[in-house]
Amino acid sequence: MSQRSGIFNRTRLRAQFTKEVLSILRDPRSRMVVFVPPLLQLLVFAFAATLEVRNLDIAVHDQDAGRWSHELVSRLDSAGFVDQVRHVHSRRELRSLIDRAEVIAALEIPADFSRTIAAGGSGEVQVLVDGRRSNSGQITVGYLSAIAADVGAQVSGEALPAAPVLVRNWFNPNLTYRWFIVPGLSGILALFSALLITSLSIARERELGTFDQLLVSPTSTPEIIVSKSLPALAIGTVLGLLMMGAAVGLFGIPFSGSFWLLLASLVLFILSVVGIGLMISAISATQQQAILGAFSIGVPAVLMSGFATPVENMPTLLQWLAQGIPLTHFLIIVEGSFLKAMSPGDILASLWPLALIALVSLTMATLFVRGRLQ
Amino acid sequence: MPAGGVTPDSGRAADSTAAVVIDSVGKRFGKRHALRGLSTSIHYGQLTGLVGPDGAGKTTLMRILTGLLEPDAGRVAVAGFDVVADNDAIHVATGYMPQRFGLYEDLSVMENMRLYARLRGMDAEGNAELFAELLDFTRLAPFTARLAGKLSGGMKQKLGLACALMARPAVLLLDEPSVGVDPVSRQDLWRMVQALTDDGMAVVWSTAYLDEAERCDSVLLLNEGQLAFAGPPAELTRRLEGRSFRLEEVGAHRRAVLAEALDLASIGDGVIQGAGVRVMLRAQAGTEQIRALADRTHVRLAAVPPRFEDAFIDLLGGGPGGTSPLAERVPPVQLASDVTVSCRNLTKRFGDFTATEDVSFEVRKGEIFGLLGPNGAGKSTTFKMLCGLLKPSHGEAHVVGLDLRRATGAAKAQLGYMAQKFSLYGLLSVRQNLEFSAGVYGLENAARRARIEEMIDTFGLAPWLSAAPDSLPLGFKQRLALACAVMHRPPVLFLDEPTSGVDPITRREFWTHINGLARRGVTVMVTTHFMDEAEYCDRVAMLYRARLIALDTPDALKRGAANARRPDPTMEDAFIHLVEAAA
Repeated sequence: MSQRSGIFNRTRLRAQFTKEVLSILRDPRSRMVVFVPPLLQLLVFAFAATLEVRNLDIAVHDQDAGRWSHELVSRLDSAGFVDQVRHVHSRRELRSLIDRAEVIAALEIPADFSRTIAAGGSGEVQVLVDGRRSNSGQITVGYLSAIAADVGAQVSGEALPAAPVLVRNWFNPNLTYRWFIVPGLSGILALFSALLITSLSIARERELGTFDQLLVSPTSTPEIIVSKSLPALAIGTVLGLLMMGAAVGLFGIPFSGSFWLLLASLVLFILSVVGIGLMISAISATQQQAILGAFSIGVPAVLMSGFATPVENMPTLLQWLAQGIPLTHFLIIVEGSFLKAMSPGDILASLWPLALIALVSLTMATLFVRGRLQ
Repeated sequence: MPAGGVTPDSGRAADSTAAVVIDSVGKRFGKRHALRGLSTSIHYGQLTGLVGPDGAGKTTLMRILTGLLEPDAGRVAVAGFDVVADNDAIHVATGYMPQRFGLYEDLSVMENMRLYARLRGMDAEGNAELFAELLDFTRLAPFTARLAGKLSGGMKQKLGLACALMARPAVLLLDEPSVGVDPVSRQDLWRMVQALTDDGMAVVWSTAYLDEAERCDSVLLLNEGQLAFAGPPAELTRRLEGRSFRLEEVGAHRRAVLAEALDLASIGDGVIQGAGVRVMLRAQAGTEQIRALADRTHVRLAAVPPRFEDAFIDLLGGGPGGTSPLAERVPPVQLASDVTVSCRNLTKRFGDFTATEDVSFEVRKGEIFGLLGPNGAGKSTTFKMLCGLLKPSHGEAHVVGLDLRRATGAAKAQLGYMAQKFSLYGLLSVRQNLEFSAGVYGLENAARRARIEEMIDTFGLAPWLSAAPDSLPLGFKQRLALACAVMHRPPVLFLDEPTSGVDPITRREFWTHINGLARRGVTVMVTTHFMDEAEYCDRVAMLYRARLIALDTPDALKRGAANARRPDPTMEDAFIHLVEAAA
């Protein structure tokens, strides 16, 4: 017989690799899982999900109708974030507009507003904000205060004062939201596709009963791990690169770092995710369990990675945990590579934790698969 | 015996009107005719067996009877209701147990029963008496709190039956209820169904086991969508009078004798029965050839009464030949040691539960060794420890002198493994499955291409190469699974319930290959619920409650079960005798 022993055998590896690739490509469900959500998410995240506040309606109950209240309302009307100023004539009307969430905030201008100002006092306006939309509400209050301050300045000086502070935002001068979100998305999408492909791979074979067949064959556990890792690694890398290409080509986000270092980080990042996916798969009895497992690991990982909220704001324990999430480190690298030409030294500082996580997770996956032979 | 509660009202039971009337029914799936011009009737108070090879249309007919499928042509009336026009009434009048009953594995026995009662619009609390009766009837009363998923195969079927009986149906339809069920549980199912028909219910039992068909009051034999026979099984069997013979005490070379007999023009079918070989003559064939064979091999030829299985095979045009093209190409196995599989004090515990306890035996080169036992007796656990899939808690197992858990890749290539339900990669084509098996066993380049071509040629897989395994007829699926398992020519072959749910013709073809391989010196380890299959074994190990309770040749086990009332027991009798003696 021509078999050779040893941990790795080229023929056995190639047979298994082919099997894995065909299993993914020939299964319409897995094709859907792998290719459709990433593209949908790209569009949804890039165009719909935003933290900026735009196109809002504001209600105004103007009991004054004097010079200063008119000044305030007309500034409001021309402000960029306001779509429409809705004039109401009673408190009840105002309340019901907020109730029905037709407006995010309402101004109630008292009858003595202009009079008080003319008398040299300070006019007061009540602002009612829809607390159900707390985040947008707070941002709106910020915008409104700025407008009120402008009016105040006009009252005192009758001329626009020079702004006391000039803010300059480095790396993203216009604070374009997409510049921040799209590079990070490339990591999240690669994470989910690699996680799903690998977590399904062993569970699928267990459902079919082919896993026992594989275990009694001459193939070694490292061979099983490698052959199941490679297709996920290839698909994850291609998806990640596509998303980065879209960032540069479609959204015009400047790429200022080193492509090759970023590619190396991407590969290491996906390898560490593949290890986690295989661990999930090794302990799942069915594909359903595997998918649930992938999401219950994937979603918290994204939330804790610093994509939505800064890691520094989390409790210390969670900050430590976040260090164990590959995405945390990859986000630092990808965002840095896009916007601030991150130096190789800084990249390496985030690269070695990725390498460590990959090593640990793949080793664990191997042990888990071996552990099934109890 | 159930009281009136489980059975239909006795008024209907007494009269002899047909429970099911099938009138020139046809059903097509695409271009394929699943059923063609089928007309027959099924009566109250009778157990009607529905038999036929795979793809004959059994399941299609079942699904039409339950109103799940609409026939393309003809009419079907069940309990007086038309299956199309009165579809809703059908669901009330019939109880249906599909091949895999829809039990909720995370619910307990009692919760499953309550659920099915509510689904039938019955008030679970108000039917305490019915519940108690069903639990008593199925002997599930001690297990009401157990999760359905934790029940053995036989108990699951009984629970399924209890749920199907919930609405006191007039017609009970059972789709292969005994697949994967051990003989003891099977006997229980029979007892229950017998009680139901005695009380006037019409029961339809579809099966691939022909010894079951023989025990039915009436049989519908389907072949290629058409009714080949309808009536009492004895009527069909009688046609075979004088055509069945047994070559007695053939002994060690019985496999060679069987192969030779099957290749005779006058022989339509043959199987191994312990040390003997049972054969069936073709219609109008003389006994000269078989007599000559008996004389040549110096064995006695005895006439035996025909079985329903003989009639079935005869009706389908006879079984396959005796020569295995697979075995012919396999070179004789050369091994240093004569003992190929051995285990000593093999024990496996899962927590408090002992699945296998202190099992020891040795299997010699070229032996076919059977592992038998009721569901949950520890067959699978023992089997998995032998081939290295489970780690023993105590004791050791060796295959060709190697502990497979610690063995290297090359050592594992000594073993071929065919799992239950033919574990094939459903997403890969037939050719890709073959390529994968060849690759994973390290066959390279020219050797691999040659071996794959050999398998395609041997098993006639050429027309199916780009098809998905799941779309293959069952017989071809089994061939493919066997091809994948023996492609690397292993000296030891492990078969885990290899023919579960497979029809007799396909099963014979499979055993022709296995017999051929054994003659070449391949050691075959097999688990089975199928007692006919146990007859092919050189020796049988009986497991019961994790322990080895008997280990002997099939004939010796049968002799042990003989008594005055039962002078010539079957393997099934022997099985039940052993289990009862050990309990």
